[in-house]
Amino acid sequence: MAALTPISRKPLSMVIPAVAAAGAFFGIFVGAGNGSVFLGIIGGAAILAALAWVYITVLKNERMARWITIALFGVLGLVSGGAMGAVLGLLAGWFFGFFIYWLYEGRYRRKLLPYMTSGQVLWHYGFRVVCGAIFVFLITPILVVLPLSFNAEDFFTFTPEMLRLDPEGYSLKHYRDFFNNNEWQRSFKNSLIIAPIATIISVSLGTLAAIGLSQSHVPGRRAIMAVLISPMIVPLIISATGMFFFYSDIGRFLEGTLGMNKNFVGYLKVILAHAVLGIPFVIITVTATLVGFDRSLTRAAANMGAGPVKTFFSIQMPLILPGVISGGLFAFITSFDEVVVILFVGSASQKTLPWQMFTGLREQISPTILAVATILVVISIALLTTVELLRRRSERLRGLSPS
Amino acid sequence: MTDASQSGPMLAADGTPLKLSLARSLRRQKMRALMLIAPLLVFVLLSFVLPIASMLFRSVENSIVSDTLPLTVEALAEWDETSGELPDEPVYDALTHDMVAAVEAKIHTRLGSRLNYEETGMSSLFRKSGRQFKKLDPATDGPFKDKVIDIHDGWGDVETWRVIKTHSVKITNGYFLNAVDMRRTPEGAQAQPEDKQILVKLFGRTLFMSLVITGTCILLAYPISYLLANLPMRVSNLLMILVLLPFWTSLLVRTSAWKVMLQQQGVINDTLVWLGLVADDARLVIINNQIGTIVAMTHILLPFMVLPMYSVMQTIPPYYTRAAKSMGATNWTTFWRIYFPQSIPGIGAGSILVFILAIGYYITPEIVGGTKGVFISNRIAYHISSSLNWGLAAALGTILLAVVLLLYWVYDKIVGIDNVKLG
Repeated sequence: MAALTPISRKPLSMVIPAVAAAGAFFGIFVGAGNGSVFLGIIGGAAILAALAWVYITVLKNERMARWITIALFGVLGLVSGGAMGAVLGLLAGWFFGFFIYWLYEGRYRRKLLPYMTSGQVLWHYGFRVVCGAIFVFLITPILVVLPLSFNAEDFFTFTPEMLRLDPEGYSLKHYRDFFNNNEWQRSFKNSLIIAPIATIISVSLGTLAAIGLSQSHVPGRRAIMAVLISPMIVPLIISATGMFFFYSDIGRFLEGTLGMNKNFVGYLKVILAHAVLGIPFVIITVTATLVGFDRSLTRAAANMGAGPVKTFFSIQMPLILPGVISGGLFAFITSFDEVVVILFVGSASQKTLPWQMFTGLREQISPTILAVATILVVISIALLTTVELLRRRSERLRGLSPS
Repeated sequence: MTDASQSGPMLAADGTPLKLSLARSLRRQKMRALMLIAPLLVFVLLSFVLPIASMLFRSVENSIVSDTLPLTVEALAEWDETSGELPDEPVYDALTHDMVAAVEAKIHTRLGSRLNYEETGMSSLFRKSGRQFKKLDPATDGPFKDKVIDIHDGWGDVETWRVIKTHSVKITNGYFLNAVDMRRTPEGAQAQPEDKQILVKLFGRTLFMSLVITGTCILLAYPISYLLANLPMRVSNLLMILVLLPFWTSLLVRTSAWKVMLQQQGVINDTLVWLGLVADDARLVIINNQIGTIVAMTHILLPFMVLPMYSVMQTIPPYYTRAAKSMGATNWTTFWRIYFPQSIPGIGAGSILVFILAIGYYITPEIVGGTKGVFISNRIAYHISSSLNWGLAAALGTILLAVVLLLYWVYDKIVGIDNVKLG
C-alpha cells in the first residue's frame, strides 16, 4: 500500500504550530527539571518553531538540518545534565530532526489509505502512541532490572555514578556473590534437581493421557479434562494448603513406618507436588498438537504390520514431539518458578531459587536478587525462543502454513 | 452389502454379527483410551484432588475436644449451659480423670490452643492447670469441685464450661462461622465482637481489588490486542515478544522489579523527582498499599488478558467494518456496533481467567501489598504458618475454592476448557 498515497509538502502554517506543540511538551520536562515549567514550555516551543522555520525556508537541506539538530540537542544536554543528559539530548535531537521533516514532507500519510480524513490520521497515530505506552509499561520493569544488577553499591536504585555512565558505578559484584554464596548456590542446585524430575513425570504421564483423551470415543471426556486441568485453575494457596496437610501425613508415614531417609522424602514430596502443577500445561499443549494429527498415518503404519508401540515411537512421537517439548518447557518453568507450594510442602533443605528470592525480598533485601533476576530473564528469553521455534516447526510438520 | 436374499443379521468376516463385532471393537477402543488416561488420572486424584478434599474435611472436623476430654464431654451433656450455674461434681470428677490422662500424654496444651481461638485465656488456663492436675489422684482424692476451682479460677467460670460444651461436637460449623466473622455460642451463631471482624472486609477487598485489576487489564489489553490483530504478521509477531517476554519471565523477577520501581527511593519516584514533577520531600507512596498491589498485578496478569483477546480479534473479518463504513457509519458506530460485539468473547475469556488468577494471588500482594493491599490468600497463609489455626485456614480456603470453582464452571460453559491456548 506504500506507493498508493501521493504525498505532498505541507504548508508552514500547519508544520510550525505542530512542531511548536511537540517542543512545548518536551519543554515541560526540561523546564520542571530546571525549576520553571512555564519557561520550559515557552522556550521549547520557541526553539523548535524557530528551527523548523530556518530549516524549511533558509537551509533547504534535509541531511544537514538533521545533523545540526542532533548536534545542537546533544550539546545542550551535555551542558545541562552530563553524560546522561547528552544521551537524552542526542535522542531528542534525532527525534525532532526526523519529526520536522516527517511533517513538512507529508511522509506521515505515505502508508495510509489516501481517503483518510485528517482526524482519522491523527487518531491513527494517537492510538499507536497509546499502544506504545502500554508496551513500555509491559517491558520497562524487566528492562530496569538489568542495569541495576550491575550496580556497584548495595542499593536497589540508580546511583549518581550510574546515571553519569561512570564505569566506577558498575560492577559484577552481585553476580560474584551469587556464584560464591553457599545459600544461593544450594538453592540453585535444588531448583535444578526438582524442576527436571517433576517435568519428566508430568510430561510422560501427561503425554500418554493426552493421547488417550484425543481418541474418538472417551467416556466422560469433559469431566476427566476438568479434573486434569484443575491444578492450573485452583488458586495455588489452596493447593498448597491441601498439600501441606496431606504431604505432612504421607511424609510422617514414609519416614516413621517405612524408615526412609528424611532428605529423600523431602525431595519426593516437593517433586510430586510440582509434577501435579505442571500437568495441565502438558495436557493443553499436547492435545492442541494432536488436534491436527492425521490419523490415517497410524492406520497406514498398522496396515504395514507395525505394532502399537512401534507405531507410536516411529510415527506419532516424531510428529507430536514439538508439542510435547513445549508442554515440557511450560511444566519446567512452572516448577522452576513455583514458590507457594514449596513454601508449604518443602523444608529448609529443599529451598529453591524462587524461595530464596522470596525470603530475600521479604527480609534482608540484597541486590543479589537483581543479579539472579537478570539470569532468570536471560533463561526465559532462551525458553521463549525455543518454544516459538518449536511451534513453527510443529506447524510446518503438520502442513499448516506457519503464522 | 451382502446378498439381499440372506436372512438374519449381517455377519463380519469371522462369522459374528456385525453389530456385535462393532460394539466389541468400540468397547476395546474406549478401554484403550481409558488405560492411557488412567495413570495420570489416578496420580492427579491421589496427589491433588484427595489433598484438597481432606482440606475441605478439616474445615468442619473438630474431634479434638471429645478426644481429649471424652468423659467430661459425656458428663457435660446433662448440664444446662443456659442456667448460669456451674456444673456439678460428676463433671469435675470426669474432668480430673481426663486431664490427668491428657497431661500424661502431653496433649492438654493442644486442646488449650484450639479453644483459645474461640475464647482468649483458654490456652493459659490449660497450660497453667496442667501441672497441678498431675498432683491429683483421680481414684482417691475426690470430691474434686473445690480442688479444681482452687487450681485455677477459670474452672469456676461458667463461660469456660459453656465454651467447652459448645465446641465438643465432632463436626462443627464453627470454623465457617469464624470465617465470616461470626462465632458459635450456646445461643446459636452470633456476630464476633467489632474488633475481631476483619475477614468479611478482607473477602470484600479481595473481590474489589480483583475486579479493579481485571478492569485495568481490559483497558490496557484491548488497544494492544487490537493493534496486534490488525498489523501485518511480521510486525505483530515482533511486538508479540513484548507481551510474551513478561509472560515467560519468572513471577519473582517481575515482583522484585516492581519493588525496585515503586519504592520511595525507587525508579519511578527518582525519575519524577529528577523531572521536578514531584518534590523530593513529597515522594509518592505507591508501595505497601493497594496501589502497589494493583499496579504490579495488572502488569503480571496483562498477558493472560492479551492472549485470548488477540486470538479472538484475529478471527474478526476486516471487511465487516469496511462494509459498515461504506454504508455511512461513523468511525465510532463502526467500532461500537460492529467490531466491539464481535470481540466480546475475547474480553469474557480473558476477564474470567484474570479474575480467577487474581483472586487467589499470594506472592505479589505479600511483597508489594504491605498491610493494606493483602488478599484473603495472605490470611490463609498466616493461619497456616503463624497462628496455626488450621481449621480456620481450611474454612477460608474452602470458601475461596467455592468462588473459584463457580467461575471455572462459568469459564467452561462460555469458553470451553479445552480451548485454553498457551503461548
